[in-house]
Amino acid sequence: MSFVWLWTDILVWTLVLVLIGAVRSIRRSEHVRKQWFHILKSPIAMSAAIILSVYLLFALLDSVHFQYTPSSTSSSSESSTVSVHDQGVLSLLDVILPHLRTQTERTYSAPFATHEYSSSLSYDESGSVFQVYRPLKFGGQHLTGKHSTLDDVMVKTAVPFLFSCVFIAIIFTIHLGWGFLQTRGNYIDYYENQPKPEDELPWGAAYLTLFLLVFLFSWFYYLSHFYHVLGTDKVGQDVLYQAIKSIRTGVLIGLLTTLVMLPLALILGISAGYFKGWVDDVIQYLYTTLNSIPGVLLIAAAVLMMQVIISNNSGWFGSTEERADLRLLFLIFILGLTSWTGLCRLLRAETLKISQVEYVTAAKSFGLSPFRIIQKHITPNLMHLVLIALVLDFSGLVLAEAVLSYVGVGVDPTTASWGNMINQARLEMAREPMVWWSLFSAFAFMFTLVLAANLFSDRVQTVLDPRRNN
Amino acid sequence: MKKDILMKELTDQEASIVLSVQNLTVLVNDSPLINNISFSIRGGEIFALVGESGSGKSLTSLAIMRLLPEALRVTSGTILLDQQDLFQMPEFQMQKVRGKQIAMIFQEPMTSLNPVMKVGEQVAEVLRVHLKLSGSNAKNKVISLFDEVGIPEAKTRYDWYPHQLSGGQKQRVMIAMALACEPDVLIADEPTTALDVTIQAQVLKLLKEIRDKRGLSILFITHDMAVVNEMADHVAVMKQGEIVEQAEKHEFFRNPQHPYTQKLLKDAIPSHSFKPEIDSKTLLQLTDLKVHFPIKKGLFQRTVGYVKAVDGVTLEIKKGQTLALVGESGSGKSTIGQAILKLVDSTSGSVCFSNIPKKGGEDQTENPLEQSIDLTHLTEKQMKPFRKKVQVIFQDPFSALNPRMTIDEIIREGMVSLHVGSGNKVDQDQRIEELLEQVGLLPEHKKRYPHEFSGGQRQRIGIARALAVEPELIICDEPTSALDVTVRAQVLSLLEDLQQKYQLSFLFITHDLSIIPAIAHQVAVMKEGKIVEQGSVEQVMHSPKHDYTKALLSSAPKIFSDFI
Repeated sequence: MSFVWLWTDILVWTLVLVLIGAVRSIRRSEHVRKQWFHILKSPIAMSAAIILSVYLLFALLDSVHFQYTPSSTSSSSESSTVSVHDQGVLSLLDVILPHLRTQTERTYSAPFATHEYSSSLSYDESGSVFQVYRPLKFGGQHLTGKHSTLDDVMVKTAVPFLFSCVFIAIIFTIHLGWGFLQTRGNYIDYYENQPKPEDELPWGAAYLTLFLLVFLFSWFYYLSHFYHVLGTDKVGQDVLYQAIKSIRTGVLIGLLTTLVMLPLALILGISAGYFKGWVDDVIQYLYTTLNSIPGVLLIAAAVLMMQVIISNNSGWFGSTEERADLRLLFLIFILGLTSWTGLCRLLRAETLKISQVEYVTAAKSFGLSPFRIIQKHITPNLMHLVLIALVLDFSGLVLAEAVLSYVGVGVDPTTASWGNMINQARLEMAREPMVWWSLFSAFAFMFTLVLAANLFSDRVQTVLDPRRNN
Repeated sequence: MKKDILMKELTDQEASIVLSVQNLTVLVNDSPLINNISFSIRGGEIFALVGESGSGKSLTSLAIMRLLPEALRVTSGTILLDQQDLFQMPEFQMQKVRGKQIAMIFQEPMTSLNPVMKVGEQVAEVLRVHLKLSGSNAKNKVISLFDEVGIPEAKTRYDWYPHQLSGGQKQRVMIAMALACEPDVLIADEPTTALDVTIQAQVLKLLKEIRDKRGLSILFITHDMAVVNEMADHVAVMKQGEIVEQAEKHEFFRNPQHPYTQKLLKDAIPSHSFKPEIDSKTLLQLTDLKVHFPIKKGLFQRTVGYVKAVDGVTLEIKKGQTLALVGESGSGKSTIGQAILKLVDSTSGSVCFSNIPKKGGEDQTENPLEQSIDLTHLTEKQMKPFRKKVQVIFQDPFSALNPRMTIDEIIREGMVSLHVGSGNKVDQDQRIEELLEQVGLLPEHKKRYPHEFSGGQRQRIGIARALAVEPELIICDEPTSALDVTVRAQVLSLLEDLQQKYQLSFLFITHDLSIIPAIAHQVAVMKEGKIVEQGSVEQVMHSPKHDYTKALLSSAPKIFSDFI
């Protein structure tokens, strides 16, 4: 077993390191800490933040890849069939959910079904032919006929429910114990130092959200051992697995695109606003030109160009995963290169304003170099704008991926993504009877992420935007 | 003639009370902003409400108009207008009172007018709504109002937009709008604070004329004691939501009762003892300095002309002395300061800085000879040694400090950049604490952020920042115009102490003539980029030569005129 670092993995972990650094600097500055406290004081923002971090957790788990070489000790026939699937690059998430990946059916099956969705021809011993709904290979095969599916699901719900209760209880104990340790075990101090209700974060909402999430995912996890909870697709793959795998694609496009876009917007925007003159003219010319080309056209052209390059140079890539990953990375770059103009314009205007303010004049009269002035006086006063723009852009980018994949210029068809799922569903919706669960799953997962991101960004904007405070 | 009317009204005890405020209390979150105030205004009287910022004067006027923000609650009190209780009125009736019986003019004429509507139309709209006048009638009425408030060529100006008018004319339009429905009471909330001194004098005169002509009562809100003296018949002083003293004007100025009033008056009275002229060496010499900004037009940014912000200025600042540079807004005074700092490029002329060796300083061995260096031709790198000699203090204490930096970071910045003092952080911390104490702040303040301080304290931090690099010349760009009277007096005396202690020179840029005797040794009067008169303070203030200086001096409101 050896680690495989795909390009997007490296980038996303770099971003995580940057985020950890940012959190450390937030802890240092009291002013910023207060602002974040203020953001999280809204129960909705708190819940949204928890949902976002769960999504991020899935994306990170799915971003540790390794090459799995089957161990020679496995001898039973079952494990040898498994090892055929295990060839190639796997992620940590695949290892956690092995049954989802391996338990594939022949074709479509509805959520919690025990038989296939469409009938197929069958021959009995006598040679006569008749149409039957074949039983599934894995889904619902433990049922002996005594219980109906519904009863079985109800009984089996008890296990994840108990698990989530215990899990939340443990987290709660750790939380209490940590607060207790902070006062060095002095019980009286602990009660006296209890923050007033208005200084308290909305822990009730936080625990409720966490409980619901833990319950939902452990329910999915536990029941997926017995059923295909969200059904299977055309080639019999579990839809739940696809939807969960798509989290990485969505979150990565949202996060990494901003990583590409941010330096461009910051450097160009601040330079244009601070140096003015010909620098400003050149940068303004650049983004006006870029803005006047329709974004989809530019992206489609670039993606098609890249497809030609990839198919002409198939020797560059060791595996299909690497090829798909490079295509994802390329899409991220294209999206980043086309979406910096809005933020750049905003930063230019704000820099123009700040560079006229008197503390910048004072810094100039101290003989500070332009670089130092930008670093110490201008950038810190722009950060609220950057943060608001980033959080707002995130949901837009997740949706953009879906739209582009639907049009066919998005990620590689082999990459799991909500856009690809929706693209497939186009045909499934036209079938009779309709196959609805693929579209539904993609929609539900994406909707939750985008809604959480939007609610969170709304709160960030309310707190950080200085104009709204007045 | 005017004085006679005034005297007659004052002696007339039977004069009817037009507006009466009784026991008014306004709360926000259960803490009082206005605490149980009572006063009454008679017909044809100018009632001045004086106080520092935050004392509740403007809130009182908003309470009278019933326009208080929703977070504030009136808990007790009555306001009677012609014997009608305003608080008992339903809202639709109150709307008729606003504009028709009570009208208001604001401080900022630039933001009180709608920029995309013709000024005449804006006034006519009021007439149409309140008096139901039709098109041409309304227009004629507006033109006659414009004539009354002294707007020249009223017929043409009717079709102008606000940006085409000057600040004084905009304020006149506001007054015309307020007078349109012939109100009984006019509330003027700092109507001249944003205006230059000559225009202020015109607007004040206009308000008095209108009062005499129409028998209008005016509630005049201001912080300026000199304006009170010019305008008021009756004075009330507010402090922290309470009226501490109420008196008839003569009585008020002759015999103030409350200690706060006494302090306010003392701080507001300019000192009449001029500073002795000391003959010392020239520190900075400006010779025929010109700063022209090109006006560019067209596709290829061709230069079609120049704005002559500074046009041939010759000035001399002496070691350890203060030169006051006086002028109205747009006269180019601030541009001179920026040109000295090389923040704008000078077109021609020279800024010569004399390198006077410090007594016993290390500089003595390096520069034994006194030399004079022209700053205008230096590169940024060559300029760096002079950056620590010339520093600057700004007008607006709220934008002068970076809100994201702590006080010690702000003060340290110059020391690090210009290599002043020790590079050791511990020594620097000690120096920062010293500086904070020197400007009257506490060493504990250094870890705080600017928003935790009041305006006066911020101005002190700005002074500490300038002092940190041990400058020889400090350019003070209107350092006191955003401050209250008492705070202003404190900051001025701080500057004077520092001057005596360190032999600092100040270039004091101001439009406020009243503070000049207290601070300056020399005065230069500036108009349209040129110096029209300069000399010692005594000479310029007492026997001005140039017409413009005379106009400036005569239009400045005086706190002790001969009113008897």
